[in-house]
Amino acid sequence: MPPVTNDLIAQHNLTGDEYQKIVEILGREPNLTELGMFSVMWSEHCSYKSSRVHLKKLPTTGPRVVQGPGENAGAIDIGDGLCVVFKMESHNHPSFIEPYQGAATGVGGILRDIFTMGARPIALLDSLRFGELHTPKSRHLMRGVVSGIAGYGNCMGVPTVGGEIVFNDIYALNPLVNVFCLGVAHKDKIFRGTAAGVGNPVIYFGSKTGRDGIHGATMASDSFDDESEQKRPTVQVGDPFTEKLLLEACLELMERDVLVGIQDMGAAGLTSSSCEMASRAGNGIELDLTEVPRREPGMTPYEIMLSESQERMLMVAKAGKEDECLAICRKWDLDVAVVGKVTADGILRVKDQGKVVAEIPAKALADDGPRYERPYQPPSYQDMLTNLNYDAIPDVKDANAALLALLESPTVASKRWVYEQYDHMVRTNTLVRPGSNAAVLRIKGTNKAVAMTVDCNSRYCLLHPYDGARLAVAEAARNLACSGAIPVGLTDCLNFGNPERPDIMWQFVMAIEGMKDACEHFQIPIVSGNVSFYNETNGLSIYPTPMLGMVGLIENSERTMTQWFKEEGDDVLLLGAAREDLGGAEYLKVVHAREQGSPPYLSLEKEKTLHDCVLSLIHEGLIQSAHDCSEGGLAVTLAECCMSGAEPHLGAVVRLTRGRLRKDAVLFGESQSRVVISAKPVHRQSILDRATQYGVPVEVIGSISGSRLIMYVGDEHSTEKVIDQPVATLYDRWAYSLERTVHEA
Amino acid sequence: MNIGVVVFPGSNCDHDCQHVLKDVLGQAVTMVWHKESSLAGLDAVILPGGFSYGDYLRTGAIARFSPVMQAVKRFSVEGGLVLGICNGFQILLEAGLLPGAMLPNRSLHFVCRETYVKVENAATPFTNRCKSGQVLKIPVAHADGNYYTDPVTLAGLQANAQVVFRYCTPDGNVIPEACPNGSLDNVAGIRNADGNVLGLMPHPERCAEGMLGNEDGRAIFQSMMAAWEGKTLAEVR
Repeated sequence: MPPVTNDLIAQHNLTGDEYQKIVEILGREPNLTELGMFSVMWSEHCSYKSSRVHLKKLPTTGPRVVQGPGENAGAIDIGDGLCVVFKMESHNHPSFIEPYQGAATGVGGILRDIFTMGARPIALLDSLRFGELHTPKSRHLMRGVVSGIAGYGNCMGVPTVGGEIVFNDIYALNPLVNVFCLGVAHKDKIFRGTAAGVGNPVIYFGSKTGRDGIHGATMASDSFDDESEQKRPTVQVGDPFTEKLLLEACLELMERDVLVGIQDMGAAGLTSSSCEMASRAGNGIELDLTEVPRREPGMTPYEIMLSESQERMLMVAKAGKEDECLAICRKWDLDVAVVGKVTADGILRVKDQGKVVAEIPAKALADDGPRYERPYQPPSYQDMLTNLNYDAIPDVKDANAALLALLESPTVASKRWVYEQYDHMVRTNTLVRPGSNAAVLRIKGTNKAVAMTVDCNSRYCLLHPYDGARLAVAEAARNLACSGAIPVGLTDCLNFGNPERPDIMWQFVMAIEGMKDACEHFQIPIVSGNVSFYNETNGLSIYPTPMLGMVGLIENSERTMTQWFKEEGDDVLLLGAAREDLGGAEYLKVVHAREQGSPPYLSLEKEKTLHDCVLSLIHEGLIQSAHDCSEGGLAVTLAECCMSGAEPHLGAVVRLTRGRLRKDAVLFGESQSRVVISAKPVHRQSILDRATQYGVPVEVIGSISGSRLIMYVGDEHSTEKVIDQPVATLYDRWAYSLERTVHEA
Repeated sequence: MNIGVVVFPGSNCDHDCQHVLKDVLGQAVTMVWHKESSLAGLDAVILPGGFSYGDYLRTGAIARFSPVMQAVKRFSVEGGLVLGICNGFQILLEAGLLPGAMLPNRSLHFVCRETYVKVENAATPFTNRCKSGQVLKIPVAHADGNYYTDPVTLAGLQANAQVVFRYCTPDGNVIPEACPNGSLDNVAGIRNADGNVLGLMPHPERCAEGMLGNEDGRAIFQSMMAAWEGKTLAEVR
């Protein structure tokens, strides 16, 4: 084994101070294997060393919380003895280096986090960010990522039921791949990653260990430059078939009375799973690497302990139940071996060929990593971003052209080309398929359904990280309300640049504050999450992207709501009021090439009242559709109401009053706390009364009729027809734009 | 009726078939592990969708060697009803129980969406509850559903009314644009010469409940139940 030199320490991404701390903990110099184990466990990715002090501020408790942060995933009680288990994770860095496998193994990792807890995964959602599709590189990354997600999720038989995709050149060299998974478990049969019971056997099962993915966690904790593609060997290769066997084997093991604890081998592989399970129980673990199933001979202890080969698990079985465990794993054709035992001394002790090759206190590796309170301050350019002189931007002249341009811009356009590559129906729970406010799945054996959405407007977060984060929480909750669901829990995936830069750290701290305030107001606990820093290439950081995955509960699945218009002759109503909210709007980017201004105003009180009002209208069966206003404003929202459902599509005639607002602000401004609903005219008065009772502004703005979308905007002097388009034309631009763009070149 | 649902490693529509047959249609269901070598006591067998053995090789190419497939062959020779859905269809092709092969979709992408299929032959144990020419809305979800065979075999299938379902438009036009995968002659489902083995790419088990917004798929399972009712295996044929 080579001696540990300063070069070697630097190569392991450890600072001098961090190395000194290791020496103090061990009371000696570490050997190479130990250095490697510390370097992965103390990496940003595994240790949350820059974020932990701030993450502590987030609300994580509530009456429904069964499991908060700190386990493989969070769990929320949904009644009937069941809970939903969910989490979101990033796989950004590997997906840039190798998009197919990077995305595929991202899906594999999050699935394992869910079924490790004893939950059968029933839904996947993805949040993706790419550069604009005008470069071959961006198209390649998007095709690869979409294929990777499809390849893994489809094979596993877990439906990919929703998500969102945004295109912006800021992500051209730093695409984001955030994967959300939700499973259902019996509340009293949640499994945790704990190595309790001294003497209990530690069993390895799943795939064999290979040399792939060594230092994946360290790679994910560093910025990129032009040489990054040479890091391809650090990306793992996914095998969804083995994962499917692993899933079924795990669920079968969990039905028997054989398990004490279980954890998947994700980032940092055997090292993280063993030290974290030991640390949670206050115990130690002794591993014998000689027993570890390997893909090739000659692997060193360093390689075995740091390998991130996929589809592997570690379980602690009840003593005497080893044979039963081995038999179940073998039934599913998995590699399996007893590789160690739980010890009382709190030490993770690794042996190979009878010799001790590493000996580290488990808690030191898992929990005693460095903690940084990194300095933060707003960047000097922040004012330049928010100060926007609207007088310099002419009001819209050709609103038809602007609407068509927005509808075919890839961020707004239909994602049909993507979600048709995902099996979104398998398991036959999907009540609302991709393309509505939120995905809705029934929970078999109950009358309930769960709604799920992933949301974040990262431009808002760039312009005002605190408000941007609040707006993300509000939009997610609004999407759930429009589906008829009450929000019950949240998972986050916080994608940021280099935390060692004070401006980036400021974005992070402000975003956390915003999430905290909004979640506390809506009383939504955050039960799991993930931080991805160093999303920076050649010194250029991504927009701050605190992605949220929110889960809502629908007590009576028959009261599930969708966003599209249902019936000719129905009223179209707008809940909420418009303001001059053009700052950060998609319209400004698409039509005026500006990403500037202050993001829309948000009152958490008004937002919450709106949700309560919408839910009450849905629960009483008064409305036929509900769609929240977001990117592209009211005009895009109405167009989507007309054409996002099954054919035949419906037209609408709408009259809006402008007051003192600009025309483009009325049509395309992104004022928050607004929902477009449609209803049978017979319910008109009840709806107006109900909204008034809640104190929510409400207006009948038109009716569903014909096959064109016609919008009039009027002020005190005159009324002007500003939009008049056949829905078929809108649909053609919106539905096929992405497909056309991807196939160009 | 006691219906067996075969579970290959990598099957993933097995639970969906079980749910529809048992919870929706009230039939007895036996899950059959792929290492079983007997199908004794079963009245019909379903090979469900999924990715048997990961389908890293040709779809269904490894599953055909599972011990249960010998039993499925014997079962079919004795006249038992065998329905292969999606991956199950691919396995039936690889096992030689149905003629032809599946190529990758013309788009080279996995495709999951609603399709419409026309019932070309309503006189089979799988379609007796449908009318000839009836259009059913049933979703597909596959990467390799582009049916191919040689011209002589295709002519034989057509002549013997073995092409049971063809992709069509919502109003029943069988045109290439209505085909999600490039299948020869818009083939969505075929039966064997004896008529007791059906392969079908679309997923009827995904549209057999009102709650999911579409019940068109029920007709296929109900046809199997009607065909079996009061009859012995040999008579079902």
